[in-house]
Amino acid sequence: MSTTREEQEHPGGTTSAAMTGARFAPVQRALDRISGLMPMWAWVVFWLVFATLYGLYGDAWFSDSLYESVIQTLAYVMMALGLNIVVGFAGLLDLGYVAFFAIGAFVSGWLMSSFFDTKNVHIVVSDITQSLPGIHVNFFFVIFIAAAFTAMWGAILGAPTLRLRGDYLAIVTLAFGEIVPRVFEFSSDLGLDVSNGRQGITPVDKPWAPIPGLDNITRVDITPFYFIALAMLLGVLFVNVRLRDSRLGRAWIAVREDEVAAAAMGVHLVRVKLWAYAIGASIGGFAGVFLGVFQNTINVDQFEFGFSVFILCMIILGGMGNIAGVILGAVALSMINRFLLPQLDTVPEKFGLDFDVTAISFGIFGFLLLVMMVLRPEGFIPNRRRKLELHEDAFDDALIEVKSP
Amino acid sequence: MEAASVPQPQAPPGRRAVEFIGAQILWILLGGFFLVLLVQDPVRTLNNVVDGLSIGSIWALIALGYTLVYGIIELINFAHGEVFMIGSFVSVSLYATFGITEDTGIVALILGLTVVLAISMLASGSLNVMIERVAYRPLRNAPKLAPLITAIGMSFILQNVGLLWRPSPDSPPDLIRSQKQVLDLGGVTFVRSDLFAWAVTIPLLIALLWFVGQTKYGKAMRATAQDPDAARLMGINVDRTIGLTFLLGGLLAGAAGLIYALYNGTVQFNQGFTAGLIAFTAAVMGGIGNLKGAVVGGLIIGIIQQTVESRVTDGSAWAPVAVFAILVLVMVFRPQGLFGEETREG
Repeated sequence: MSTTREEQEHPGGTTSAAMTGARFAPVQRALDRISGLMPMWAWVVFWLVFATLYGLYGDAWFSDSLYESVIQTLAYVMMALGLNIVVGFAGLLDLGYVAFFAIGAFVSGWLMSSFFDTKNVHIVVSDITQSLPGIHVNFFFVIFIAAAFTAMWGAILGAPTLRLRGDYLAIVTLAFGEIVPRVFEFSSDLGLDVSNGRQGITPVDKPWAPIPGLDNITRVDITPFYFIALAMLLGVLFVNVRLRDSRLGRAWIAVREDEVAAAAMGVHLVRVKLWAYAIGASIGGFAGVFLGVFQNTINVDQFEFGFSVFILCMIILGGMGNIAGVILGAVALSMINRFLLPQLDTVPEKFGLDFDVTAISFGIFGFLLLVMMVLRPEGFIPNRRRKLELHEDAFDDALIEVKSP
Repeated sequence: MEAASVPQPQAPPGRRAVEFIGAQILWILLGGFFLVLLVQDPVRTLNNVVDGLSIGSIWALIALGYTLVYGIIELINFAHGEVFMIGSFVSVSLYATFGITEDTGIVALILGLTVVLAISMLASGSLNVMIERVAYRPLRNAPKLAPLITAIGMSFILQNVGLLWRPSPDSPPDLIRSQKQVLDLGGVTFVRSDLFAWAVTIPLLIALLWFVGQTKYGKAMRATAQDPDAARLMGINVDRTIGLTFLLGGLLAGAAGLIYALYNGTVQFNQGFTAGLIAFTAAVMGGIGNLKGAVVGGLIIGIIQQTVESRVTDGSAWAPVAVFAILVLVMVFRPQGLFGEETREG
């Protein structure tokens, strides 16, 4: 839809950008046709029913390992939606998103395990957990505590970067993304061990609530984890959609498109950017708690730069700023990562090569990033505005053509 | 600086002093801290300085690649660290090919090392040119973030190429007897690897400054950095000049890779990421686009890194943290670099 529109407006669009638009036109038309089959609400109902049915019967219908990957995917989708607020909506390229995953996960480690075994705090936990030493707070409280805590850190780490633009901002966030996990890892040198070094914090309490279905979660039947993740994801999705259409969301878009013009129109840059960091970070922490609890271990090895790029890749693949696109990108990439690549392990052997496909997964993501940015920077399901911004050069040429026919 | 030509109202002297201290606070803190260490334990500190100057010369060579490229197209060549890593790998592989071992005679060794140096420099240089063609040139007119993202993609691709090439850390033969002591000035020791690093770096730096400052190509580079459109009007082939800049950056990264392999004793596929960030910090510290600044920045970062490594528990883990913290501080408070001039090229 949007591609044809662009072509109508700029009939002489022979620039490389317009060409790449045309190259993907059949894909675009197919996508539009699929989404045109049903009204929006019907799609929402369809996906909700599908997700519920999959949650109930998915492990029986398909494989257990796929089911586990899907739960992980749900958490990654949450993270991608969180980063989308910072990168997609507000246009602040954050390369250190893993820091918030780390902070969120460690909050769950501190508040939901026997790590601080000299303390004895129990808040709404099951009888078995009640007997363990350490701080044990109910999962459903911890997700919100962690969200608030990471939001605070998002604002703290975001504050120094407010004056920076573009690539400098990206590098500073990257530096934070490197600093935070290292500080956790070597925290014992600072006098307070918060991470147990490389061993990490394990085990972590399971979610518990005094209602049937949630009162006895085991790690054998992971169905409850699926539905908890799904509920959390729906919450994040709701927040995302509402924020996008809010006053704040429009301010983000204005800042993304032109900071100076936005400030001149009365957008408070500092406040708006800090909110983007804080909300993006809080969603990262929110999802981080879930991942920490689901994986049952919080280990600094997880929090490396590659993860930030992995999440960023999801957003770029799907379409920066477009919620549906981000979800698609996140599902596609994490399923490729968790499920498809391990299945492809025999492929190099057939070509007479000897290596693990999973080992070079980040190389594959890097390749995807590169190809995507060169051929279709707006992603598979582009955000209309964002797409126009990314093809600004097409407009410059079109203007010249109007002047000199 | 841009504002320099506009006459500015003079602030009262007290306020000017405060502003001066504010602007130079990083210098003052670094210098003060260093003085304290120097008084406390002069021998150890000076040893750190010697080590820092030799590892710093490696960072300086890499930082020059960042600063050259940023100066000319305002792009952080994120894959530069990986170019350095590949250069390192190439050099390590070539020793066996040429039959250079620890027992090779001195003349043959110097000759062999020169050939290996030339080949690994060329390998890195052409790799860097290729990266520019594939990943950056198609996006020359796109918003700034697009080439940065492709640069990250490129960096991951190369890192995984490195992973496939050498899945585990590898050691080159200790050709230079790196730990053999050459000189001892009252406890301050110079080992062979320090001298080796300087012996390779200094001629290269002089050659680079000469090339950028004195030759026609260097002039074309400076012109393109100032204004690509005007340079094109003056008959400069801008695309080729940008390619040349990437070639120069890659050559230096290749040399740094060879020194690093012999200096450090091991090479690893992920050495490029941290090295790249450290060198980028050096480039920013010296004022990005400023060649001499990048060299001085590299040396300062090297000294800081060695000092932290030798004085802090788990020093090798905290040293990058310290460097990254400096990166953040410099970028936030002094984005024009420690020398306070927004110069480009030279």
